[in-house]
Amino acid sequence: MEISSRELQQATIFDVTGDIDLANSPAVRKALLREVKEKRTPRVVMNLSKVRYIDSSGVASLVEGLKASRDAGTRFILIGLSTSAREVLQLSRLLRIFEVYDNEEQALAAA
Amino acid sequence: MSSERKPPARLRQGSNGYLLTLQLTSDPNLLCAVRGAVERLTEAFGFSGAECRAVTRAVDEALTNIIRHAYSGAPDRPIELAFRSVVPPAGKASGEGLEITMSDHGPAINPEKMCGRELSDIKPGGLGLHFIRQSMDVVEFQRANDTNYLRLVKYVRAPK
Repeated sequence: MEISSRELQQATIFDVTGDIDLANSPAVRKALLREVKEKRTPRVVMNLSKVRYIDSSGVASLVEGLKASRDAGTRFILIGLSTSAREVLQLSRLLRIFEVYDNEEQALAAA
Repeated sequence: MSSERKPPARLRQGSNGYLLTLQLTSDPNLLCAVRGAVERLTEAFGFSGAECRAVTRAVDEALTNIIRHAYSGAPDRPIELAFRSVVPPAGKASGEGLEITMSDHGPAINPEKMCGRELSDIKPGGLGLHFIRQSMDVVEFQRANDTNYLRLVKYVRAPK
């Protein structure tokens, strides 16, 4: 799994490639929480369009990111959910609590 | 992966009674290898795309639980998986079942704690068991000879 970040229109976009599972979800969690808690970026976008698989530990990292974002007043957005990722969020009844868009353009245009 | 169900391959069980057996260490970096094997096996078995993902997810989450809880994160402990075809119980309208048995040599698990948590409580963690139970038709825990056994079965849905 690879994770990189870039800045665009007052947002930090994390581009994640590969599977998010027990082996690497800690790295996702660490990057997310650092961005939200230390850098206080107003908008954080998780680009999951190249994430084929995410397990419960990956979902937990996203939930932690969301909670930290709410505490910090940051918007936390998910984009590009694969079928598998969407299924996992639906199974855990968490899809409704995240702000989700199909792509980066929609996410950045959202008010 | 196509959402249409492929005709199942003629899978033959070996002389040991299994389609596939895996022995691995509790290294999280191996989870992707097991997922790959399970994805291919479930496709060949005849499950739909969604069912293949469900079984893969269940196996992955069960392995994660073993690594985290049975072995407390130690990356060098043994885990065994065995896959075989099973016939459905009498009266059950379904095709064959894929049975997956996973074993570890960690401390005895407490079945009463194997319930998963309430999903309405939005918090990180505690979802693995929920995913397993949602994905599989049978989820059974046993212990024998200082070994924990988890038996998972998913039946191929009978064609309508």
